[in-house]
Amino acid sequence: MAFQIIEGCVNCWACEPLCPSGAIFAATPHFQIDAKKCTECEGDFAEPQCASICPVEGVILDGLGVPANPPGSLTGIPPERMAAAMAEIQAR
Amino acid sequence: MALKVLSHDEGAPVGGCAASGCGSSTDRLAHLPEAIRAKVNNHPCFSEDAHHHYARMHVAVAPACNIQCHYCNRKYDCSNESRPGVVSEVLTPDQAVKKVMAVAAAIPQMTVLGIAGPGDPLANPARTLETFRQLSEKAPDIKLCVSTNGLALPAVVDELCKHNIEHVTITINCVDPDVGAKIYPWIFWNNRRIKGRRAAEILIEQQQKGLEMLVARGVLVKVNSVLIPGVNDEHLKEVSRVVKAKGAFLHNVMPLIAEAEHGTFYGIMGQRGPTTEELQSLQDSCAGDMAMMRHCRQCRADAVGMLGEDRGHEFTLDKIEHLDIDYAEAMVRRAEVHSTIEANRAAQRQRTGETFVSLASLQRKIPVKPEPRPVLMAVATTGGGVIDQHFGHAREFLVYEASSQDVRFIGVRKVDQYCSGDATCGDAETALQKTLRALAGCEVVLCSRIGYEPWGQLEAAGIAPNGEHALEPIEEAVAAVYRELAESGRLDQAIPEPQRMSA
Repeated sequence: MAFQIIEGCVNCWACEPLCPSGAIFAATPHFQIDAKKCTECEGDFAEPQCASICPVEGVILDGLGVPANPPGSLTGIPPERMAAAMAEIQAR
Repeated sequence: MALKVLSHDEGAPVGGCAASGCGSSTDRLAHLPEAIRAKVNNHPCFSEDAHHHYARMHVAVAPACNIQCHYCNRKYDCSNESRPGVVSEVLTPDQAVKKVMAVAAAIPQMTVLGIAGPGDPLANPARTLETFRQLSEKAPDIKLCVSTNGLALPAVVDELCKHNIEHVTITINCVDPDVGAKIYPWIFWNNRRIKGRRAAEILIEQQQKGLEMLVARGVLVKVNSVLIPGVNDEHLKEVSRVVKAKGAFLHNVMPLIAEAEHGTFYGIMGQRGPTTEELQSLQDSCAGDMAMMRHCRQCRADAVGMLGEDRGHEFTLDKIEHLDIDYAEAMVRRAEVHSTIEANRAAQRQRTGETFVSLASLQRKIPVKPEPRPVLMAVATTGGGVIDQHFGHAREFLVYEASSQDVRFIGVRKVDQYCSGDATCGDAETALQKTLRALAGCEVVLCSRIGYEPWGQLEAAGIAPNGEHALEPIEEAVAAVYRELAESGRLDQAIPEPQRMSA
């Protein structure tokens, strides 16, 4: 099983030096995780490191394809509030 | 009340009432030992007077962050925006060094290189320290400084000192974890993401420890605080007391920037920023405890040029890549420019001193009258400490308070607040209306020239436009206008109505 970085990654480099397996590498358009190397930090850390420092919700998926940081979990902004604000800005 | 007659002989002691009066910002640093004053003399972010004359630049080598603040959104990058955390191009240390040398050669007034993000510089220790290491070797005439949230500070203090970092800015928004829990949703600490009050507790601990360690090593520490109405406004007075007691030498309280379109927690949740009056009043109440900085422009993490200007677009990677810079030659020219600037500053200080003598004589002529009330004046300037900007070109105004005692720098009012996007923003307000709103509370605006239309609208809003002091030193001109107003008797009356527009 391996974690995965998807669209939305802002290339901030925070995860790269933390990975105990050296599985994370800079790529275009965004960082990638080498699935062959990723251990989900088992045996090294209690919590997967990339998902623990990533500042953007939804861009790291766990081995099951589930977002490690779902909407609202990092910013504290309730998803419906975010949606309403975005709709309001679009309508301007 | 006695007025001091100021003299500015070359040999005069630097302490006490130097420069432009007791309340002036230059003088706010007067209590500092001479060695520290020398260190900040040409640092635009640490000395208010220096910011008229010297430029700074930030290099964006530090993209990673180890905490989340409710006023920050790591997704954001807009070339029209000017605010902390925003940047267009992240550089490697090698690219950053090349850019710094190119800017230093092209803009000799640039004396300071800061690393301020777009993440936290100390959460990127390898990139940040490598940049400093190379620069301290290749460009020894540039001051190096760093800005941090403080979480990783204790761990790298000694490493920073090795690279000759003399100035560090720590952003401290609170010293109480209950307040902190409303500002920081999480931190990354000891390989875990920690949320809530505990996160704030650890952050505060590390910030305070880092501050103490820096002070113990003789590094100058400035503390930045973001004023968030209803969250930490009252609390910042406590912060000011605590950091001063621990040896920080300057406190910079900045207004929260929060717009829904920035996508930050505060922006989306409708947390408002402070009004200029709220900011000023908080700065005033903290000023009793310590030196306050009021000229901060809340720069981008890749800003280049004088404070308030950004020439970053002139030094993008593609433009500097093939430059071959002879830095030894550049350093000679830089030293020449710096000594010219210092000669100008000395001359300006001398002239300003004479103005205050004549203010004092005015007081003696009309001793029976009550003291004329103080007046806020806005100034359009591109730098150099003189009034040299066309009203319509000004993107910001410096605000000074003139009273019968002195001329005091109060703060900066930006015209187009943080976004110059036009059509997309759908703002019905015209540029002139924005300017008028930004100038609320001011009774005079000094500029080099001004168009016919804004002239009329300014007068209608109770703000007197004045282009008669073009190219004169700011404080001298403000004092002269104040003297005219006082002599005409207009300052014996209450503040006229129309200027009390919305804040």
